[in-house]
Amino acid sequence: MNVFKRLLRSPAGAAGLALLALLALAALCAPLLFPGDPLAIAGPPLTPPFTDPAFPLGTDRLGRNVLAGLFHGAQASLAVGLAAAAVSIVAGALVGTVAGFAGGLVDEALMRVVDAFQTVPGFLLALAFVSVAGASLAVVILAIALGAWTGPARLARAEVLSIRERDYVAAARIIGMHPAEIALREVLPNALPPVLALAAVIVGNAVLIESALSFLGLGDPNIVTWGSMISEGRNVLRSAPFLSIVPGIGLVVTVLGVYLLAEELADALATRKARP
Amino acid sequence: MSTPLLAVRGLSKTYRSGGREVKGLDDVSLSVAAGETLGLVGPSGSGKSTLARVVMRLIEPDEGTVDFTGQNLTALNGKALRAIRKRIQMVFQDPSAAFNPRATVADALTDPLRIHGLASRTERPRRVAELLESVGLPENLAARPVHAISGGQRQRVAIARALATEPELIVLDEAVSALDVTVRGQILDLLVSLQRERGLAYLFVSHDLAVVRAVSHRIAIMDHGRIVEAGPAATVVADPQSETGRALVAAIPRLYREAPQDA
Amino acid sequence: MSELLASLRDLTVTYAAEQGTHLALDGLDLDIVKGERLAVIGESGSGKSTLALALGGLLPPETHIEGSIGWPGFAAQPQPGLDIGFVFQDAGASLNPVIAVGRQITEIARLHLGLSRRKARERARALLARVRIPDPDTALAAFPHQLSGGQRQRVAIAAAIAAKPSLLIADEATSALDTIVQAEIVALLDELVRAEGMTLIFITHDIALASGFADRIVVLRDARLVETGPTAALLGAPKQAYTAKLLASHIGLDTPPLVAGEPA
Repeated sequence: MNVFKRLLRSPAGAAGLALLALLALAALCAPLLFPGDPLAIAGPPLTPPFTDPAFPLGTDRLGRNVLAGLFHGAQASLAVGLAAAAVSIVAGALVGTVAGFAGGLVDEALMRVVDAFQTVPGFLLALAFVSVAGASLAVVILAIALGAWTGPARLARAEVLSIRERDYVAAARIIGMHPAEIALREVLPNALPPVLALAAVIVGNAVLIESALSFLGLGDPNIVTWGSMISEGRNVLRSAPFLSIVPGIGLVVTVLGVYLLAEELADALATRKARP
Repeated sequence: MSTPLLAVRGLSKTYRSGGREVKGLDDVSLSVAAGETLGLVGPSGSGKSTLARVVMRLIEPDEGTVDFTGQNLTALNGKALRAIRKRIQMVFQDPSAAFNPRATVADALTDPLRIHGLASRTERPRRVAELLESVGLPENLAARPVHAISGGQRQRVAIARALATEPELIVLDEAVSALDVTVRGQILDLLVSLQRERGLAYLFVSHDLAVVRAVSHRIAIMDHGRIVEAGPAATVVADPQSETGRALVAAIPRLYREAPQDA
Repeated sequence: MSELLASLRDLTVTYAAEQGTHLALDGLDLDIVKGERLAVIGESGSGKSTLALALGGLLPPETHIEGSIGWPGFAAQPQPGLDIGFVFQDAGASLNPVIAVGRQITEIARLHLGLSRRKARERARALLARVRIPDPDTALAAFPHQLSGGQRQRVAIAAAIAAKPSLLIADEATSALDTIVQAEIVALLDELVRAEGMTLIFITHDIALASGFADRIVVLRDARLVETGPTAALLGAPKQAYTAKLLASHIGLDTPPLVAGEPA
């Protein structure tokens, strides 16, 4: 709650928070404002924006409502971003904590696995995974997490290694605390803040990777995403550029919001930690 | 004397850093009797903190044994080690580093009670209040986060945590060195009166011979990982036999009540 | 010996803190005499380190400063590093860990004294010898982590006096060291300021340590000046209860032990 207050006080943090709140609102309102399938044909194809009050942002090649797509796309982007970040943070923090706390052979083995994953670019990993496992929302989320969990794992391990040597961990051993309890109650909560700050960056990347996958036609075909909208608009880029620009702006706003927030969140968490 | 409370025999510990070998501990033996304070003094890097941590089984020695009431601590592991920890506790130098940054005073004092099953859930708040009282703190401090109280209060909470399991020995590793001088005296008084009430034994580790002398029955002086001198406190200070002992005595700042002499 | 070096009037320093502001110095009036060895005594939160930083103009930019610091002893505003040398508690933190200590001192001598590279290196060597580092030639090439805590503090002192400052401020310069090394460093500082005619401000929590060599003592508590006076007068007959309490808190070899003889 203290961190939240500090976020609001900084202009960048407040702006990031506002952008993301807007996005969340759009995602939540999508089914209310645009009930029904956003992939359904709603009117004449290729209506330009601001000409028909029924379609404020126009329609695409098949006559689908672009505004409805934008709102539903926000839902997909947010869901994928948050889920992928959650999966990679949880997996990464656990692997990192175990590696840092156990040390020795366990640490070596786990960190070589992390190395192996890190040598392959995250997007390629996601691409390969989706091509093999087939395109569905869950697979896309897992595919993105596959490339993103190594960052949190490394950071968590580094934090654990430093916290493990602190006096309060020694004090916990001295009062006879079980090693599992020390790891979960003394070490993990104090190792987590910097790892959590990484979450925002992962959300931003996940949104971008999801869009790129959709753009390449590897997203879930049953839901609207900004990436698939841009891909769809590419064929008529010269005659109807708005079809790519509108979801593109959605992407820019989301990623901008996420990065602004991430930056300030890292700062706010760092100062909180620095307090004696 | 009968079996000492703590008997350390032939402890050695070598550190390797950058190809060089540093003797952290070199064949160290000492003993502490029940109810006694053994002061352990030495310059920085002499191995006194390493010894304290080996006794606490925070560091594993290369060689030697740590006998506590006849039981070899270095042979214990897992559950048996955690169980015996209740009888030997420790207070660290920096009270701000010795507590989980998220803990409240009550959390810090409840943990040892819970772990060793010393008080039922309903009895714990009362035990916490008693512990706070025994170190001269008001019981309404229990709800405060440890980071929100003063350094001197924090060190009292650290002592209360050490007392929670009613140990027979407390290892004090530079426990008053980070405190303000006016607070230091109060904490030393507290330690001495707790010893009188409960028959506690202390292993009092410090670089400051004057402070060690004030609270110790016996003093051992360490340098380069070895015990270079040991004996009754008054004797060691009045007539140090080792070079390190003489240097430590000479280095104690004297309070000059007259004008400094211009030499 | 009454020429003024610095004159502080109603100096008030406020830091922005989590809840509102924190008053670090509250209306401090203090004159510093040229050539004196002034000990500033205080416990944590007394404002003694703030005073050191304020004198050096080293307070962080968001600090709010009221009152004045006059420098009648200098022709112009004195520069930290050139006119004012600093020695801090943690020499490990004030020396650059990846540059050999010889080069660090050489750079200071070149920057502030405009010496040639060769002359500056000679001066660095002379300075290391001056602070009694054994084998200064080897020490020139050493990195800070290769030196012991006491030697690092000696190097920090050499760096502080490299530009021949007329004021040396030592802020808890010996409190991270063990008593044996502490005594050596204090003796070194004392001898240096005498020989070079520097003014020394020695900031410490240990009144006994200061009593051995300071000309004058200033006692601070909770951001305020408690009492100041010549060492002998202040120690012999403290006017304030707090000063007396500090003196009573000293533990020396003449302090009656709290335990006696055999354990009960």
